Amino acid sequence: MIKVEGLTKTYGGFTAVDDVDFVCQPGTVTGFLGPNGAGKTTTMRIMVGLTPASRGRVTIGGHHYKDIPNPGRHVGVLLDASAQHAGRTGREVLTVGARTMGLPDSRVDEMLELVSLDAKESKRRVRNYSLGMRQRLGIAHALLGEPSVLILDEPANGLDPAGIRWMRGLLKEYAERGGTVLLSSHLLHEVEIIADEMILIGRGRIVARGDKKSLLAGAGTTATFVTALDNEALAAGLKDKGFAVSSAGEGLRVETEPVEVGRVAADRSLVLTDLRAAEEGLEDLFLSLTSDSQRDHLTEGPAA
Amino acid sequence: MTTAPMAEPAPGFTLDVSGTRPVPFSRLVNVELRKMADTRAGRWLLISIAAVTALVLVIQLSVVLSQGLFVELRDFTVAMNTPMGVLLPVLGVMSVSSEWGQRTAMVTFTLEPSRLKLVLAKFAATMLVAVAAVVVGMALSVVLNLVYGSLSGHHVIWGFGTPDVFYVLLLHIFGMASGFAFGMLFLNTAAGIVVYFVYSFVLPGLFQLGAALMGWFADLQPWIDFGAAQNPLIDGNLTGTQWAHLAVSGLIWLVLPLAVGAWRVLRAEVK
Repeated sequence: MIKVEGLTKTYGGFTAVDDVDFVCQPGTVTGFLGPNGAGKTTTMRIMVGLTPASRGRVTIGGHHYKDIPNPGRHVGVLLDASAQHAGRTGREVLTVGARTMGLPDSRVDEMLELVSLDAKESKRRVRNYSLGMRQRLGIAHALLGEPSVLILDEPANGLDPAGIRWMRGLLKEYAERGGTVLLSSHLLHEVEIIADEMILIGRGRIVARGDKKSLLAGAGTTATFVTALDNEALAAGLKDKGFAVSSAGEGLRVETEPVEVGRVAADRSLVLTDLRAAEEGLEDLFLSLTSDSQRDHLTEGPAA
Repeated sequence: MTTAPMAEPAPGFTLDVSGTRPVPFSRLVNVELRKMADTRAGRWLLISIAAVTALVLVIQLSVVLSQGLFVELRDFTVAMNTPMGVLLPVLGVMSVSSEWGQRTAMVTFTLEPSRLKLVLAKFAATMLVAVAAVVVGMALSVVLNLVYGSLSGHHVIWGFGTPDVFYVLLLHIFGMASGFAFGMLFLNTAAGIVVYFVYSFVLPGLFQLGAALMGWFADLQPWIDFGAAQNPLIDGNLTGTQWAHLAVSGLIWLVLPLAVGAWRVLRAEVK
């Protein structure tokens, strides 16, 4: 539904977006991941015509954004939840949007209910909203025109854990009904649960893409957390097989797949109380792929 | 690092927009009018324009009565021009610059990607407000002229024809449009207002000083001094030459800023 082809944006000598290609399919959630300043926002701004591209193009459903009539009815956009007039009430922000799109005011009430802003909150001025409330309002605004495509920049930013869970459910259901969702985040864990496809961007370039499984497979490293009743015996058994073992919390961390650890435990008749893949694999991958584009070089170590 | 190949577009990949009509211009104008009044700042500015105009007229009336002066409708409309001439351009600046200051331009321009259409809708909305302001101001002037007549015992003198109403309207349309132009040029409320006031209050003085000091400039000044060229609108009855002065100086100080400002808004990266 969204097709990005050879997209490049340069500011003077600085390349903010560097030859980016990707596709977002209907019925899926695409997570657009990268550290701050990696080019996510610029890419999304180009998508909706706020920033001109230097090269390449973006089409939504085969159209340039500017050629879509009454675009709010087709594409829901949330680029910055704070970009609302501080002096307008939440209800008024939605009313202005609904009037522009030619929707009845009843749609405003429906959206307020959907994002759980009650009557009292909706009459408060946006100035007095928390960031989480602004995000809810922004999501309500994006959904006003019943669009079939959603483009959301950092929508989880400022939401509390319950809010993040709510948003995940909302977007998942939206995609299951055939909608196309592109959402960006600089936090992996916000996205990995709902994204069918992830696109990792660093310094304006796409560094990896795929679903969680294929990304992890590409990373090549796997580790396991395991806890046994007799950790020492298990550690000895694993070391005999040549696996690197270190202690981690109450149990062990083993540099291999869970199945290998299970085999060793079975061979030696050791009772396990916990066995799972080390989940930080994806996070490590994310950080390593994007580390050269991080603003702060924190733990780079001596140069090789 | 790319691991998964890109999938081919699935069915339903294209967006059917054939059933959607573009946002009509009239709807954009309506929304822009609403946006001028739906914030506290905007609403109070509109109320202040009416209130300050009424206040100035009442002060004028009381001074005139206590001094036993003889006035007619034109004196009231001239008094009305001052507060409206100051405040309407401020509204004009803000109608554009607040979109940038509050960053709502991001939302506005995503709901209507044709920036030219939006600029025109905004301009139309400010013009409608200018017309409404003149109607209210004229009505207040008429009422006070009647009150003056009944309290002073003098005959009520109207002496204000259709052309005069047209001139007053033109004056405030120019003021509002100038504010709008400076709003677009600077995309910043404070800068727009300050530069507008320098332009409308300091520049005419400089032009007159220049004309007084330099002979060659005195011939040029009427053609480039938009402020001075507008003065005959207040007195009514313009000669052909005065219209020409108005057109030429207006081209420089109103049409050019509007064009450059619009060009800037159409090109600007919306942050």
